[in-house]
Amino acid sequence: MEFPLYKKRDVAIVGVGTSKFGERWDKSLRELAWEAAVPAVEDAGIQGRDIQLVIFGNMSGGLFAGQEHVGALIADFLGLNPTPAIRVEAACASGGVALFQGYLAVASGLYDIVAVGGIEKMTDAPPDRATLALAGAMDSEWEAYFGATFPGLYALIAQRYMHEYKLSRETLAEVAVKNHYHGSMNPLAHFQFKTTVERVISSPLVADPLRRDDCCPISDGAACMILVPAEKARRYTDTPIYIKACTVASDKLALFEREDITTLRATIEASREAYRIAKLSPADIDVIEVHDCFTIAEIIALEDLGFVRKGDAGRLYEEGETYVGGRLPVNTDGGLKAGGHAVGATGVKQVIELVKQLRGEAEKGRQVSNAEYGLAQNVGGSGATVVVTIVGR
Amino acid sequence: MSMLGIPSHWRRRKERYRLIGSKCEACGKVFFPRREICPNCRRRGRVIDVELPGRGKVYSYTVIRVPSEGFEYYAPYIIAIVELENGVRVMSQIVDCNPEDVYIGMPVEVCFRRIFSQGDKGIISYGFKFKPLDDSWIRCYEEEAKISVSEMKV
Ligand SMILES: [Zn+2]
Repeated sequence: MEFPLYKKRDVAIVGVGTSKFGERWDKSLRELAWEAAVPAVEDAGIQGRDIQLVIFGNMSGGLFAGQEHVGALIADFLGLNPTPAIRVEAACASGGVALFQGYLAVASGLYDIVAVGGIEKMTDAPPDRATLALAGAMDSEWEAYFGATFPGLYALIAQRYMHEYKLSRETLAEVAVKNHYHGSMNPLAHFQFKTTVERVISSPLVADPLRRDDCCPISDGAACMILVPAEKARRYTDTPIYIKACTVASDKLALFEREDITTLRATIEASREAYRIAKLSPADIDVIEVHDCFTIAEIIALEDLGFVRKGDAGRLYEEGETYVGGRLPVNTDGGLKAGGHAVGATGVKQVIELVKQLRGEAEKGRQVSNAEYGLAQNVGGSGATVVVTIVGR
Repeated sequence: MSMLGIPSHWRRRKERYRLIGSKCEACGKVFFPRREICPNCRRRGRVIDVELPGRGKVYSYTVIRVPSEGFEYYAPYIIAIVELENGVRVMSQIVDCNPEDVYIGMPVEVCFRRIFSQGDKGIISYGFKFKPLDDSWIRCYEEEAKISVSEMKV
């Protein structure tokens, strides 16, 4: 895969905003958008009317909240009409592809000030409806039809991975323990409590070998950022963060059709391309956000992104290297597991966490010292869409 | 998915009743589910229907404890990726097998079963599932329970 884009301009992030993630019973879809967009606009020091294009990722406003036509709704509620406003969808990677689209809009020279966001209002739906909506991310005719669930697909990955690479149940639980530890210091996280290996491995089974505490929660949340051309970034902020690369790769929708399910080929392809465009290697990255919808997903992500050899990721967790202060800090905001997973918002929220880390604005205890480059990996479904974004100071 | 209407089940009956996949006449590669185009040969290859072998081995599995809508009746049930004798993989349920007895590498064979029914008045959808190829479990069961499985009303 050769990236054909002729990059006309570099792109900078000059403003960011994230809503509190969690069961936000007091807020509807439109109010969550407001909660994320206002701090992003204020952070960039612009007015709403300066925004030339709005792109929001949203997986299923229809099934989760009975609301489609989300792009126009957000522009309307933010008082931005008649600014063009578009909603994009790629399951749990909807936020990542929204960022990709916003990046293209600015890099191409077509737009100068773009608001990119992600949003999901999941808890208005009854639980079985939410499960149904999430099942839409898989192959509905050949996976969901037979009774596969979303945790079930990742359980198939985990079972095979543990079989091939002898990863222990306890090491897998360390992923959740670490993410809860980071989440406990993040005031916007869905869960702000710590947990233990014992607690994770004694929580109820959902789909063997995955248990409740291996799974991320169903969250409400929104995230928003302002993109401008790099050459104009200093007009807005003293601490612009530059998008070094933003790439997307696709794979077969059905997990069973892929040659090796212990790896996400789209992660390998998208990251290889991102490193090439950014002229960086995994060794240059100081802070990492990966899509830990289930504990096993974080393990294979670190391998597919080239941070550790295939089958060796477990060792990083046994040695505590993925904590803030470790050699490879991963999911410093609590990830999806503790930070929460408002599916359409996640891809944007991850990159905002990197922006905070690179600016040195993360809360005490979870700030990585002197981070220069960050990488985010956002996954749709069981890996049929992967977005990789590298940012730098 | 269970909420979809009759045509969505009817148009897939061939593949789901008889395990029909596609074969590329140019490179010989077999696909499941059916495809209109071979990703390797693209439009150089013509794709034809082919019946897949009904035996294979479990490539990976899980036991679904929290079922999706319409599958509550079956829970806990085994979902597996089965690698068929020709190397093609399919996903389905493993039945006639205790959740604690399934393992990676287990030999299985295809069977025809009800997948789900939409309540009292809706569609009943049928398709393939897999069951253990080894029938020793039946013999063990018969010895222990002192009954004949073949005479049981299932
Ligand atoms: Zn071919």
